[in-house]
Amino acid sequence: MNINSLIAKTYIVSNKKLTAVAVLGVLLGMSIYIFMNSMMVGFDKSSASSVFKSTAHIRVYKDDEISKALIHLNNSKSLIINPKVVPINNTIINPNLVIETILQQKDVVVVTPQVNSNVFYNNGKSQISGLAVGVKPDEANLMYNIKSFMVEGNFDLLKSNPNGIVIGSGISEKMNLRINDNLNLTSSKGVNRTFKVLGIFKTNNSNTDKTKSYINISASQQLLKEGTSYITDINVNITDPENAEVIATKLSEITGYKAEGWKQANESLMAANKMRKIIITFVSLTILLVAGFGIYNILNMTVSQKINDIAILKAIGFKGKDVIRIFVTQAVTIGFLGVIGGVLMASVLITILKNVYVGGDIGYFPIDYEPIKYLQGIVIGLVITFFAGFIPAKKAANVDPVEILRK
Amino acid sequence: MNILETKNIDKYFHDPVEFQVLKNIAFDVKKGEFLSMIGKSGSGKSTLLYILSTMDTDYNGELYIDNQLVTGQTKDQLAELRNEKIGFVFQFHYLLPEFSCLHNVMIPALKLGKLPEKEIEEKAYQKLEILGLQDQALKSAGKLSGGQQQRVAIARALINDPLMIMGDEPTGNLDSKNTDIVFDIFQNLTKNYGQTIIAVTHDDDFAHKSDRIIEMKDGEIIKK
Repeated sequence: MNINSLIAKTYIVSNKKLTAVAVLGVLLGMSIYIFMNSMMVGFDKSSASSVFKSTAHIRVYKDDEISKALIHLNNSKSLIINPKVVPINNTIINPNLVIETILQQKDVVVVTPQVNSNVFYNNGKSQISGLAVGVKPDEANLMYNIKSFMVEGNFDLLKSNPNGIVIGSGISEKMNLRINDNLNLTSSKGVNRTFKVLGIFKTNNSNTDKTKSYINISASQQLLKEGTSYITDINVNITDPENAEVIATKLSEITGYKAEGWKQANESLMAANKMRKIIITFVSLTILLVAGFGIYNILNMTVSQKINDIAILKAIGFKGKDVIRIFVTQAVTIGFLGVIGGVLMASVLITILKNVYVGGDIGYFPIDYEPIKYLQGIVIGLVITFFAGFIPAKKAANVDPVEILRK
Repeated sequence: MNILETKNIDKYFHDPVEFQVLKNIAFDVKKGEFLSMIGKSGSGKSTLLYILSTMDTDYNGELYIDNQLVTGQTKDQLAELRNEKIGFVFQFHYLLPEFSCLHNVMIPALKLGKLPEKEIEEKAYQKLEILGLQDQALKSAGKLSGGQQQRVAIARALINDPLMIMGDEPTGNLDSKNTDIVFDIFQNLTKNYGQTIIAVTHDDDFAHKSDRIIEMKDGEIIKK
C-alpha cells in the first residue's frame, strides 16, 4: 500500500469516533438528498399521470374569434366599436385531413378526435348534470389508458355497441346503475337518447367520477344534432410529454387551429410543481452542504491535532502534495463510506414509504428508486466531501515545518 | 571529502525589526565527522541548522550538499533530497503516535520507495537492533519511555542510510543516563558506520566528547 494511503488509513482507523461522526453526517445528508429528490420525482409523476387520465398531451381546437373589419385598407386603421365573439361554429373543418397531417408529424403517437357534450343523466326522477365525452374507443383507450381504471364491465364493448355508455362510479352509485341497465341522456340541444351501461370506471377523482361518461363519438354528434364531420377537439399524445409546448406551437402553425399543451392547460398545477421542486432542491442541497461542513470541521481539527506529524513528515521528505493526498484520501474515504451508507439508508426509507397507503386518487405513496437522483446524490456528495477535505489539506500542505519543529 | 559546504551564508529576520541572525557563515563538514554546534541562545546555531537541513530556504549565500548546489532548488526537490540524504533527530521525538515503532522507522523508506516493503521491514528491524529496541518494535510509539522514543527517532533517521544526521538538541529532553546512551549511539555510528552527524546542543559535556565543535556567537562562527 502506498505510504500516503497507509497514513490516511491509520488516521481514519485510530480516530474511530471522529470518523464515525463525519461518516454519519454524510450518510444522513446523502440519504435525505436522494430520498427527498426521489419523492419529488414521484410527486411529479403522480400528478402528471392523474392529469393524463383525462387530459391529452396536446389539444387542438378552434378558438373563438373576435369580430374583425371586413375590409383592410393598407394605409388606414380599422375601428370596430364593441367587438364581439363571432357566432360561428367551433367545429374543425375537414377533421380527417387535419388528423392525418398531425399523424405525419414526428414524435406524435396517438391522434384522436373527440366531441364533448354537456348532458343530463336521467334515471326515473333523479337527474345529474354531467359531461358525455364522445370518443373512438380504441384510440381513447390508447390515449387515456381508460381500461386501467375500469372497475366493472368491459370498455371494449363500446366499440360494437353504438348505444353503449361507460359511466363514472359516482354516477352509478347515485343513480343505482349496474351493468346492462339503461340510462337516459338529455343533451343541451334537447335530444333525448337512451344508452346501455357497458362499464363503470373510477379515477379516484370524485368530481370526474360523478359527472363524466364515455360514449361513441357518433352518439355524441347525434346528441348535439350534428353530422359525422362535426369534431370540436383533436387530442394528440406524443412520446415525451415534456415537449408538449414545443410540438403544440408547431401543430398550431401547420393546422391553423389553436393547439394547447397540457402544461399550458394546467398552469396552476405546473406552478405548484415548480415551487415544490425549488423548495426540495434547496433543502436537500443545504443538508448535503451541512454534511460537507461537518467533514471540513473534523478534518480541520485533525490537521490542527496532527500539526506535529505534518511537520515531521515534511522534514523527512514528504512533499506538499503528499500531505494533501493524505488528508484528501481521508476525506474521500469518509465521503465514500457516507455515500454507501446514504444510498442504503435512502433505499430503506424509500422502501418503507413506498408501502405506505395514503388513499385518495394517489393510492400508495408515489415514490420510487430514481437512478438519476441516486447518481446525482452520489456525485454531489463526493464532490462536496472532496472540497471539504481539500481546503484543510491545502492548509496542512502549507505548514512550515521549521516553525513547528523549532518550538 | 566534503559532505556539506556553506559559502557566505547570511540570514535576516524581518519581523518585528530587520535583524541579521547569521553573518557570513562559511565552513564545511567532512564525511564521518561528529560535529557539535554550541553557543548561547540566540547565537543563531539552530537557525543555521535549519538552513543546513534545507527546510529553511530564506537566506543569502550558497549551500552545497554532497558537492551539489542546493540553494535555489524547489521545495519538492528539497523534500526528495531530505528524504534520501538527511536524517533528523529533534529535541522532541516527533514519532507518529498511532503507528508502531517499526512503522515509524519504516515511513521514510516507504516514502523513498526504492526497496520492496519486506526488505524495508527487515532493515527497520536491523536499525532497531542497533539501538537495542528490537523487543519494542511492534509496540505503539506512544507507549515507550522518553529515552526509548528518542532512540526510535534515531532509528528512523538511519533507515535510508543518509549522508548525515542532523540533531537539534537531540538530548535536550533526556536525563543524563539516556543522554549517555544517545551519545554512545552517535559515537558508535560515526566510528563504526562512518555516519556524519551534525548536532546543535546546549550540553557542553556532550559537545566536548564529540569530534569537532563549532561555537557561535551573535550570528558568527567564533571557533571552528
